[in-house]
Amino acid sequence: QSTLVVAEHTNEKLTPITLNAITAASKLGGDVSCLVAGTNCAKVVEEISKVKGVKKVLVAQHEAYKGALPEELTPLILETQKQFNFTHICAGASAFGKNLLPRVAAKLDVAPVSDIIEIKSPDTFVRTIYAGNALSTVKCNEPVKVFTVRGTAFEAAAVEGGSAASEDVAPAAPAGVSEWLEQSLTKSDRPELTSAKVVVSGGRGLKSGDNFKLLYDLADKLNAAVGASRAAVDAGFVPNDMQVGQTGKIVAPELYIAVGISGAIQHLAGMKDSKTIVAINKDPEAPIFQVADYGLVADLFKAVPEMTEALSK
Amino acid sequence: MSGRVLVGVKRVIDYAVKIRVKPDNSGVVTDGVKHSMNPFCEIAVEEAVKLKEKKLIKEVVAVSCGPQQSQETIRTALAMGADRGIHVEVTGKDYDTLGPLQVSKILAALAKKEEAQLVILGKQAIDDDCNQTGQMTAALLDWPQGTFASEVSLENDKVKVVREIDGGLETIKISTPAVLTADLRLNTPRYATLPNIMKAKKKKIANVKPADLGVDLTSRLEVLRVDEPPQRQAGMKVETVDDLVVKLKDAGKV
Repeated sequence: QSTLVVAEHTNEKLTPITLNAITAASKLGGDVSCLVAGTNCAKVVEEISKVKGVKKVLVAQHEAYKGALPEELTPLILETQKQFNFTHICAGASAFGKNLLPRVAAKLDVAPVSDIIEIKSPDTFVRTIYAGNALSTVKCNEPVKVFTVRGTAFEAAAVEGGSAASEDVAPAAPAGVSEWLEQSLTKSDRPELTSAKVVVSGGRGLKSGDNFKLLYDLADKLNAAVGASRAAVDAGFVPNDMQVGQTGKIVAPELYIAVGISGAIQHLAGMKDSKTIVAINKDPEAPIFQVADYGLVADLFKAVPEMTEALSK
Repeated sequence: MSGRVLVGVKRVIDYAVKIRVKPDNSGVVTDGVKHSMNPFCEIAVEEAVKLKEKKLIKEVVAVSCGPQQSQETIRTALAMGADRGIHVEVTGKDYDTLGPLQVSKILAALAKKEEAQLVILGKQAIDDDCNQTGQMTAALLDWPQGTFASEVSLENDKVKVVREIDGGLETIKISTPAVLTADLRLNTPRYATLPNIMKAKKKKIANVKPADLGVDLTSRLEVLRVDEPPQRQAGMKVETVDDLVVKLKDAGKV
């Protein structure tokens, strides 16, 4: 038994969810290898070699891997699989993993398992369905198990303590049917939403994008990331990459502060595994209070600045 | 481009329905529950119809796999502006175990048969939340994929796709034929108007069996059980901001 984790990275840095995927892979038993494919990824190879639990790092560098296009990475993974015969292939359930692994699975003629939250045994996984309103335990009888890992459901692997050997794998011939043009990432000095310890999220109650400044001020006091409900995104207050929920990001921080969010099912699906939930809403009947550890019925425009102030003391 | 677009439409439990897990843990209750088209599929249909209205393509074909009732979902697509439908009939045990891999095989076979230039699907269905079918259909056809699309523009024989990724957006350009999957912001689907619903009744829906397409429906995934998620207990109400901050500090949270 052996597992391949397809590493997500920026050529400069490993993306944190890869560490959660490595933990999941380690739980299966057997050796864990990581595939790092990129244009110039020596730094990432060095970083991942030190991660606890990683036995081997496979490295493929080629211009074609710019932008991590699935049309280019899939043949590489298939070649790697031919060479090493892994029993499991996984990646984090991020935009990267979700885009890539089903393509690999279809090429292997196996049914993949998306976004697992628990490993019962090497062939049996738990995943959420219906936006987290039901849990499905799935047995995968495929010869190769291909799956993506929900980052919040597995601890991050330790970034020290490992000493994996690295080995080059030959890049596959470029497919040349797709081209990566550009990326526009939302610039922020705050922590990244899915890995932040504290998240402050705003909903329709904020009334405008400008009013999100109240949340940014609070977030800065708490070293928190800022998220939003789908209602706030749909109303055009903030960009979609801030969305927490079934159709956005799944978060599970130590502390989640929901401000002016009513608590639609689809939002709860994205945050109800948070350790502590605080809700601030002027409607005492808002469903968010049913999942909150601490509920404050108050006008957010008064309460949030007060809280920022109280935390400055 | 003046080709044909194949759009997949899935019949799912309506998004507003509260899901109930069956007492024997074999699945969720679907009998007597309102069903509708998967919201992401509606966005896919809208995008295809818009391409046709802009005269960038000539025909929109809506496909659904499932029992008789799937035809209702196809009718909805026809009322939104699709030209004709294909109902791939899957019933009984085959339907119970029908998963994204089998559906991808069906869609890939149809895309070839219909000589489609684009396959447009929703990025995921709100029942199984798999987010796989588009990627796998593209793989089986050896076509490029533009997934989680929030903007699509056709440029000669290429498609420029702006994609939703974790930290923002990225832009790719892919060759056609290609598979696209729709994210929420791609468009706002239109409502089917009564005259269009009436017109849709006259549009043709072909009936196809998976075997006609040479697709084997065997599934090697087995759902052992379905459970209710653990319920979170409501905590306490606090009266003031100071009270809240004290409680959070005591709990070591801030």
